[in-house]
Amino acid sequence: MSVTTKAAPKARKKTQAATTDRVPELIFGDLWEFDPAPESADPKIKPQYELFIGGKFVEPESGKYFDSINPATEKKISRIALASAADVARAYEAAQKAFDTTWGRMPGRERGKYVYRIARLIQDRAREFAVAETVDGGKPIKESRDFDVPMTAAHFFYHAGWADKLDYAIPGRPTEPLGVVGQVIPWNFPLLMLAWKIAPAISTGNCVVLKPAETTSVTALKFAELLQEADLPPGVVNFVTGAGETGAAVMANDIASKVAFTGSTEVGKLIMRSLAGSDKKMTMELGGKAANIVFDDAPLDQAVEGVVNGIFFNQGHVCCAGSRLLVQESIATEFVEKLKRRISVLRVGDPMDKNTDIGAINSRAQLEKIEELVQSGVEQGAKMFQPSCRLPGAGFFYRPTIFTGVTQSHRIATEEIFGPVLSVLTFRTLEEAVEKANNTAYGLSAGVWTDKGSRILKMSTELKAGVVWANTFNKFDPSSPFGGYKESGFGREGGRQGLLDYVRLT
Amino acid sequence: MSVGNPKAATGKNSTGRRTQHAAQLPSRVPVAKTPKVYVGGEFIRSESGRTYPINTDDGTFFANIPQCTRKDLRNAVEAAAKAGSSWARRTPYNRAQIVYRLAEMLESRSDEMARAIAKPGASSLNDARNEVAAAVDRLIYYAGWADKFEQVLGNTNPVSGPFFNFTVVEPVGIVGVIVDDSSPLLALISQVAPVIVSGNAVVVLASETHPYPAIVLGEMLATSDLPGGVVNIITGQRKELVPTFATHTHIRGLDAVVVAAEKKELALGAADSVKRLRARSSEKEIDWFAESAQSVYEIRNFIEFKTTWHPIGA
Repeated sequence: MSVTTKAAPKARKKTQAATTDRVPELIFGDLWEFDPAPESADPKIKPQYELFIGGKFVEPESGKYFDSINPATEKKISRIALASAADVARAYEAAQKAFDTTWGRMPGRERGKYVYRIARLIQDRAREFAVAETVDGGKPIKESRDFDVPMTAAHFFYHAGWADKLDYAIPGRPTEPLGVVGQVIPWNFPLLMLAWKIAPAISTGNCVVLKPAETTSVTALKFAELLQEADLPPGVVNFVTGAGETGAAVMANDIASKVAFTGSTEVGKLIMRSLAGSDKKMTMELGGKAANIVFDDAPLDQAVEGVVNGIFFNQGHVCCAGSRLLVQESIATEFVEKLKRRISVLRVGDPMDKNTDIGAINSRAQLEKIEELVQSGVEQGAKMFQPSCRLPGAGFFYRPTIFTGVTQSHRIATEEIFGPVLSVLTFRTLEEAVEKANNTAYGLSAGVWTDKGSRILKMSTELKAGVVWANTFNKFDPSSPFGGYKESGFGREGGRQGLLDYVRLT
Repeated sequence: MSVGNPKAATGKNSTGRRTQHAAQLPSRVPVAKTPKVYVGGEFIRSESGRTYPINTDDGTFFANIPQCTRKDLRNAVEAAAKAGSSWARRTPYNRAQIVYRLAEMLESRSDEMARAIAKPGASSLNDARNEVAAAVDRLIYYAGWADKFEQVLGNTNPVSGPFFNFTVVEPVGIVGVIVDDSSPLLALISQVAPVIVSGNAVVVLASETHPYPAIVLGEMLATSDLPGGVVNIITGQRKELVPTFATHTHIRGLDAVVVAAEKKELALGAADSVKRLRARSSEKEIDWFAESAQSVYEIRNFIEFKTTWHPIGA
């Protein structure tokens, strides 16, 4: 937060003519020592987690485990079972049995009660789950506490109510559940992505085999404990943990009548290829390279906040992040200046500290990928700005980064970085903004900042993206369908539209 | 019937009985029609100059059908791209009337179309008449959806916060359609109509075994108010054209009735550019006449949902 001194308002008026004079202001940032404000709730993480199959925690048949570390400290927090293809097959059998004997036969109104129960239990243990999410994934506690966990509960609560109302969601045609669905989710929002996948699947009467990302399995397995408390019939939801090989087994299993994947476009294409010729239904929620477009009539300070939130939320580990800023040429200099000042006071560091804005990068591999792409930006001639904030000695951290002088052919303008790196491009006309915004293989989201209503609707119509945020960014809701155009995938998650992807028309 | 084998036509009298004397000359030699495909609002031959012959049900030569190439397909995609954006911008009411007009064209020339189905042996004339009637009805059905499906499939969303949030529909762009061989006209209409009412442009590969109804349909499309390039129909061999349908990155969706091997090939190609693929097996017979062969969810297969958020405030 930048805070102006008492003299500032007067000073601003005086210096308006002489625009080069800097308004005196107090910059917090690292110049002021903040008392630590650590969140202290106990995340109740066990030293070892097994697979969750058929309602029970079971050891992996291989006897193999892998470590899960806290990316902010690089210290091991737990040992996670490694699921082999045989374990995955066991999970599918448990799911099929649950579908045949309990879940598939249960009336919607009864199914819904279980899903409501799950939502309530998450709310009961919200703080504990938030801390666990932060310890395991590195995201700031204020985000896991105020966003990830409440939104997870909201997703279950919203979908619970659909369980006995599907005739209204899908009018004109009776439907039936698909059976067993296989789901693979990413590490950026471990609990929330789990909710996006499981809530619609089980509310519509399907059973689930889900693989969390290998760096963020802990909250999924804590969630499994919660399912036991909810007394969900055994096998309705099964968790198999591991890396790519486990994921491939989840996607390939013959019992799966549908697979749902959230992750990179690269892996999404691999999955699509591997399933070519099969009758499995698919939904893919893949990468993005969203444009956040600021017109000259936009409320600039509000837009700065939106742009910062758009790219630095969750360390930029967001598929719909506003990673390309398109700013109208007439205000570009002023806007970028404001932006630089704003990111200079972002607090990077201990994710458990309630004042932290930017937490830890999720893994060393991701940190290296960010570094590599930033290096390419420098080499290709874009101009880099990073604030001089202190970074913790251990753990994976990266400074918020802004590139100016970016052209459309630069790698940092075309490739998904999935980190706190913003590429700034400029435009003169609305048509040019649309052209540049749509000039990407992706089409997940976009942002528009302008005071003019008709222009918002025009931009919203022209932008090829599944979600358009106008004068806001990175807003989510279980009732609002989310998903992409083009190579950002197909299918929608959330809302009425997301339900049809989990049923069969009869 | 305006088309046919000139030799066969001159060799038969009106009752179809073979004439005995060469000296008995016909009073008038009928003019045969050269089948051409309909691309970008124009009637063209294949750029390759190739054709393949089709016969009547009694085995005599009927006509030469253009054997279109990958290049012809790419040209058709280009035509669809040119026409697509303005078609998508038409009002739904306008698109509804244009599809309705197409039904009028087909109804008024239903006899010609029934013969185009029956003569080259796709079905009996009686069945063909039923097929044309069903195709007209199907067009009327989808014409009616054009300005309604968004009201059924889209909505506003009651999000938890001071935001106005609404979900609208948009066409995916260019869709490739590979038509079933059974009920070749009704299948084509059932596959194409739900795709175009939402504003998509299509490139259609007509049935390889029964391409002639699609050729005649092209002529009806040309006299409807459908802008050229919105529906492009090519004919030819699947084995030559399926790979390009699969891999062409400007084709954003595929609706195909194909055999298992073709389905796999389409899926592999679709993966490269994350295409929306809907593949039905041609090995299981599809009842195109059934009530279940038409639905608003057929339209839904080739649309995108777009959700817009805006703060509510002073």
